[in-house]
Amino acid sequence: MIAELGLAALWLAAALAGLQLVAGSLGLSTRGAVLGEAVRPVAVVQGGLALLAFACLIYVFAVTDLSVKLVALNSHSMKPLVFKIAGAWGNHEGSMLLWVTVMGLGGAFVALVEKRLPERTMLATLAGQAFVSLGFYAFLLVASNPFERLSPVPVEGNGLNPLLQDLGLAFHPPTLYLGYVGLSIAFSFAIGALVTREVGPAFAKAMRPWVLGAWIFLTMGITAGSYWAYYELGWGGWWFWDPVENASLMPWLAATALLHSCGVLAARNALRAWTIMLGVVAFSMSMIGTFLVRSGILTSVHAFAVDPQRGTFILALLAIYIGGALVLFGLRAATVTEGERFAFVSREGALVVNNVMLSAILGIVLFGTLYPLFAEAMGAKVSVGPPYFNPMSALFAVPMLVVLMVGPLLRWRRDKFARVGRSLVIPAMLVATAGIALLVAGGIALLPWLGLALSAGLGWASILPLKARNLRRTPLPIWGMVVAHFGIAVSLFGMSSESAFSIEKLVAVRAGEVTQVGPWGVKLDTVEPVAGPNWTAMEARLLVRYGVDRKVTRMLPQSRSFWAPPQQTSESALLTRWNGQLYAVLGGEAPKVAGEKQARWQLRLWWKPFAPLIWIGGLLIALGGLLALIGRVAADVRRIVAKDKIAYRREKQGR
Amino acid sequence: MSEHTPKSAPLAGRWAIWLPLALFLGFVALVIVGLYRPADRNVASALVGKPMPQFDLPAALPGRPGLDSRVLANGKPHLVNIFASWCIPCRVEAPQLGALAKAGVPIEGISVRDTTENLQGFLQQNGDPFQRIGADDDGKVQLALGSSGVPETYVVDGKGRIVYQHIGEIRPEHLGLLLEKLKEAGQ
Repeated sequence: MIAELGLAALWLAAALAGLQLVAGSLGLSTRGAVLGEAVRPVAVVQGGLALLAFACLIYVFAVTDLSVKLVALNSHSMKPLVFKIAGAWGNHEGSMLLWVTVMGLGGAFVALVEKRLPERTMLATLAGQAFVSLGFYAFLLVASNPFERLSPVPVEGNGLNPLLQDLGLAFHPPTLYLGYVGLSIAFSFAIGALVTREVGPAFAKAMRPWVLGAWIFLTMGITAGSYWAYYELGWGGWWFWDPVENASLMPWLAATALLHSCGVLAARNALRAWTIMLGVVAFSMSMIGTFLVRSGILTSVHAFAVDPQRGTFILALLAIYIGGALVLFGLRAATVTEGERFAFVSREGALVVNNVMLSAILGIVLFGTLYPLFAEAMGAKVSVGPPYFNPMSALFAVPMLVVLMVGPLLRWRRDKFARVGRSLVIPAMLVATAGIALLVAGGIALLPWLGLALSAGLGWASILPLKARNLRRTPLPIWGMVVAHFGIAVSLFGMSSESAFSIEKLVAVRAGEVTQVGPWGVKLDTVEPVAGPNWTAMEARLLVRYGVDRKVTRMLPQSRSFWAPPQQTSESALLTRWNGQLYAVLGGEAPKVAGEKQARWQLRLWWKPFAPLIWIGGLLIALGGLLALIGRVAADVRRIVAKDKIAYRREKQGR
Repeated sequence: MSEHTPKSAPLAGRWAIWLPLALFLGFVALVIVGLYRPADRNVASALVGKPMPQFDLPAALPGRPGLDSRVLANGKPHLVNIFASWCIPCRVEAPQLGALAKAGVPIEGISVRDTTENLQGFLQQNGDPFQRIGADDDGKVQLALGSSGVPETYVVDGKGRIVYQHIGEIRPEHLGLLLEKLKEAGQ
């Protein structure tokens, strides 16, 4: 029953999305104005119904209703409850339902609270949101119904895949999805503004919290995903430029640019057409990313369910939405009046540099991701990796970071370097000192060198906006900006330090022998066999000591052998200290030299100074976004309350 | 420094406004070519033409031998079928495998991530063409073979060399090709 209820709710939600689209569009004309009244309530109910459908899906997963095909295919009665629930979105159909649920709820929330914009723009926005939702409803109902029944009912489900039974993996996708889909609201706002040609500060202020919220989730999702890859894969790397990583990075880059151009539009009423275009591009990147992942068109470690039919369906949706939005943009952008002007040396100027650079990096990542596809169409097989992505993105990231030191100090409209120059002396000196010191130390590649030098200056410069401010009265968004920019410095320092100073050592040692890696003494104590459910492993007991007379800590890396097959896997062990991480992987037994009695074991050790700062910086960036979001929303709430009070008093006095 | 033209001004240049659309159309064209390219996008195993990797899988069912890769090099061509009871396309191909077994083709099975009960139920329902079935409980042999999913079927010649890899379920129209490859492998 519950599955049918969910399906019915889904159909109703789709029908309401249709109504929302029609009513919203007709409401724009004078004759259909009556219909316009219906749009907001319909949007709210539509969101509620989508949520109900999703709740039904979670229920059938929680009770493991095996008569539902999706459950039978993806779950199992013996799984822990949390993974049963996570199983609801750990598959194609469920994740698409999560997608429309978040979209529906976003639309409902906008319909409920957003009162700042002219009603016409709101109608167009909600109609746009319904239009996009409708396509995804159609996709769910026609091509991937999550509530399909299975007959006969199987005795047990299939979902035994232990890989997905990991808490991190269970909550990583919904975090990214909230980010992806949150950008759809920005997209709808852009459409609404294009339809009614009302682009201005009010529009930017309405859109900004949504962009911020989505951006926070994207930032957290990317950070968590990167740490998981680092920790779990045992290769010692933290970013692989894998197509799926790129699919999450591209919307983040676009959203970051949008966030900053929104700021310009809200404060100065400039960059009008550009902001609209970024609004369209950001969500387009989410959809393109999802499409690239879901269609299996790019061969990637993440690509599952290679399915041309679904791919074609999503491609058609993309063509309608992105193509349609860009056509609308082309037709209307010329008539969106030019915004306020500004001098090159000004806050706006710095933000334009930020936007152009971010867009350029976005273009580079997109090109690199699609290039294998292009080459394949030409008949060649290539893969594009770090040797392309790293230098090409640094080409634009470095100037952007330089401007980032100066930009937040500049005034809007027009400024002089001379005014801010003095406060920049220290950061500039920090950059120079760090650069020279590292040059003297030698042996560092160009990119990490640049990164380390810049991060020193950036760390200082990022807190300069707080100078000469009363810290208690400093608005939260300023704090947010400072924290996020400081997070960039921290993360950059971690990345550069990781690639500049990492020490890797591959040794073959006997039990009892000590080997040095960087400041660590690593003693192989014992190697003992341990057994798991379907593997046996050799587990090494490493006694590690930092420096000379610190206390000894134990690490337990494993080398797992699965019974029959020829392959082995490694379970790495990590030891975190304030100044870095020791990363240990146990290899196999080394071949014996003639006359040798005791076995020697291969150990792979990395000392990665300050590597954890990569992810701590990422979290700081997200925290900065959160502070800004809280500040903005609180200010909005205060204003609404004040407005209501004034209206109330007026009403009373009028009587 | 003079008044700088803001970003919206260059966009007023007619062509720049249509630039994103043009780029997007290029993307769509590229993807359509990718989706409908006649060449298949299957991940072909790098092992075609190479010897079977060494493995010795335990028996998946009581009373049925497991699969040792040395058995495959006994001078006769074999068909190695990677399957699982939880795999729906594997049911689709069962009649074709049955027909091949009837025609005297030795078929060896590798069951991936399966349990004995499920496997027994599957074979009862869909027929049992296998001489031996090795249990690949963690998919490691499947990985070593470079196979990207279930079902997949390999034609192995008498020296244990992989001659042909069939990705996906065997449909009736594939039988001719497989028999031909088996014949080639037998020469």
